[in-house]
Amino acid sequence: MSDSRTTSSPTFADVNRDVLRTLNPPGNLYFAWMCVVALGLAGFFLAWAGQVWWGMGMAGKRVPQMWAMYITTFVFWIGIGHAGTLISAILYLFRARWRTSIYRAAEAMTIFAVMTAGLFPLIHAGRMWFAYYLLPYPNQRTLWPNFRSPLVWDVFAISTYLSISTVFFIVGLVPDIAALRDASTGWRRRIFSMLALGWEGSDTQWRHYRRAYGLLASLATPLVLSVHSVVSWDFAMALVPGWHSTLFAPFFVDGAIFSGFAMVLVLVLPMRHFFGLHAYIQDKHLDAMGKLILVTGLVLTYFYICEIFTSLYSGEHIEKASLFWKVTQTYAWALWTMYFCNCVAPLILFWRKARTSPFVLYVVSILVLIGMWFERFNIIVPSLGHDFYPYTWGIYYPSPTDTAIVLGSFAFFLLLFLGFIKLMPSLSIVEVKETIPPPMREGPHAH
Amino acid sequence: MPTETVLGVFAHVDTTVRALEELRAHGYHDLTVYTPLPVHEIEEVLERGRPVSRVRLFTLIGGLTGIASAFLLTIWSSLVWGLVTGGKYMQLGSGGISGSSLPPFFIIAFEMMVLFGGLATVIGMVVLGGLPRFRPSSTFDPRFTNDRFGVAVHCAPERGGSVRDLLRAAGAEAVQSR
Repeated sequence: MSDSRTTSSPTFADVNRDVLRTLNPPGNLYFAWMCVVALGLAGFFLAWAGQVWWGMGMAGKRVPQMWAMYITTFVFWIGIGHAGTLISAILYLFRARWRTSIYRAAEAMTIFAVMTAGLFPLIHAGRMWFAYYLLPYPNQRTLWPNFRSPLVWDVFAISTYLSISTVFFIVGLVPDIAALRDASTGWRRRIFSMLALGWEGSDTQWRHYRRAYGLLASLATPLVLSVHSVVSWDFAMALVPGWHSTLFAPFFVDGAIFSGFAMVLVLVLPMRHFFGLHAYIQDKHLDAMGKLILVTGLVLTYFYICEIFTSLYSGEHIEKASLFWKVTQTYAWALWTMYFCNCVAPLILFWRKARTSPFVLYVVSILVLIGMWFERFNIIVPSLGHDFYPYTWGIYYPSPTDTAIVLGSFAFFLLLFLGFIKLMPSLSIVEVKETIPPPMREGPHAH
Repeated sequence: MPTETVLGVFAHVDTTVRALEELRAHGYHDLTVYTPLPVHEIEEVLERGRPVSRVRLFTLIGGLTGIASAFLLTIWSSLVWGLVTGGKYMQLGSGGISGSSLPPFFIIAFEMMVLFGGLATVIGMVVLGGLPRFRPSSTFDPRFTNDRFGVAVHCAPERGGSVRDLLRAAGAEAVQSR
C-alpha cells in the first residue's frame, strides 16, 4: 500500500464533497464484513442465551478464577476506549493539529468500545436483569450501594465516561451534520435536519460552541486519566498478590492509551484506503500515531520492569512465588506473548519508514492489541490462580461459551463502527477545514 | 422601527474581515456573521468589546451541583444504611459524623462533578446559541456550511443602499436584500 496520491491542499468545498462521498452506498466488501459480523453476533447471542438458560457454569469460571475472560475483555475494551477522548480532549487542549483528521473516528471508536465493555459486567454478573442494583436508587429496604467499594466507583467512572464521551462526540458532530444537511437530499436530509438542531454557523452559535467545546475538553481531560485509574483500583484495592500495587493506576492508563492508539490505526488505515482519504490522513498523521504507540510502549515496558523489580525486592515470598509461577509455569506462554507483543514488536517504530508504512503499522497494531488483551489476562487469571494458600490454587480453561462471547464482542463493536462510517461523517468537516489555509484573495484590489 | 437586512456573501476570509472592519467603523453593530468554521481573524473583529460567553457559568454551576449532590448522596446513604467495614460504620453523633471514611467519596464527587458540569455545558451551549432552531433564519444560506462566508447587516431602510455599496467595495461576491 503505497501512497501514490498527491497531497496538495484541498479546498473547503473538496472537504464537504469528500466527506459526503464516504456516505455513498457501500460495496460488496462492506457487506461481506457485515456477514462476518452477523455470524459473530449469532454466536454471541447463542452463547449468552445458553449461559442464562443453563447457568454460569457454562462460562467455565470456577473457584478461584471467578474473574476470567469476561473481566479480561471488559478491561481490554475500556482500555481501547481511551484513545478517542484522549485525542479529542487532551490533544485538543495541546493544540496538536494532527489530531483533526482522525479524531472523529477515534471518538466513535471510544463510545462503541465503552458500550461493548459495558456488556461484560452484565454478562459476568449472570442475572443481568438485576443490573440496576449497581446504581443508587431509592428502594423500600433503604438499601444503598457501598460507596467505599471500588466496584461502585467503577460504575460511576464508566457511566460518566460513556455519557461525557457521547456528549462530546455529539457536540462535535452538530456543525458537520449541518454541512451534510445542506449538501444532501431526500430522507438523509430530513434526518440530518433533525440531528443538526438547526445549526447555521452564525457568530453567536460559534462563540458559545467554542467556549463549550473548550470547557468540555477541560472536564474530559482528568476524566480520561481517572477512568482507567478507577478500573485499576478494582484490582489494586484487593490483597491478591500481583494486584495489590500502587503502580496500577498509571500502568493501566498508559496501557489503555497504547492499545487505544493501536485500535485507532486498525480502524483508520482501512478507512483511508477504501475511502481514498489520503489527502486528509497523511503519512505525517500515521507517523505521529506511530510515535505515540512507541512512547507508550516504552513506558509500558518500564512499568513491566518496575512490576518485576518491586515483586523481587519486596521480600514478600508470596509475591515472589506468584511472579515465578507466572513467568515459568502454566500461563507462561501468555506472559511471554505479552512481552513480545507489547515490548519488542513496537520497537520497529523507531524507524521512520516503519512509522509511515501502513502495512508495518497495521501488523504492529494487531500485535499490540493481542498483547494488551493478554496483559489483562495475565493480571487476572494467573494472579487469582496462585494466591496465598495452595488449596485455593487452580487452573482456568476457556469454555466454548465464554470464547464465543469474547469473539462476539468484536463483532458487536464492528457492527457499531461499520454502521457509523456509512451513516455519519467519519472525518470532521469543520476541524479538517481548520487545518487548511483559509481562502484569501490576495492583493488589495476590489471589483 | 422597520429595518432592512442586507446579506453579503464572501468567498474569502480577508474580504470578510475587511467588510466587518468597515461596517464597524461606520457604526453598524447589528451584524450576523455566518462561517463554515470558526475563523480566528473574523472572531477577533467580532469579539472586540464583547463579554466572554456565559457558557462557563453553566459549567461552574453544573460542576458545583455535581460535587454537592455526590457528597449528599454518599454521606446521607451511609448514614441511613450503616455498612460495617473495619468494625466501623458512619454515624451521626453529638460530635458530628464519626466512624467515617470520606476519601472514597471524593472519587464519586469527582465523577459527578464532571458529569453534571459536562451536561450543563452542553445545555448552556444549546440555550445560549438559540438551538434547537426549527426553521432556518431568513439570512441563512446553505453555502455557509460549505465554503462561503456571510455577513448579514440589520439597518434602517434608508441606509440599505450605503451598506450594499460598502459590502460590494469590500469584495462581496453577491449582495442581497432579505
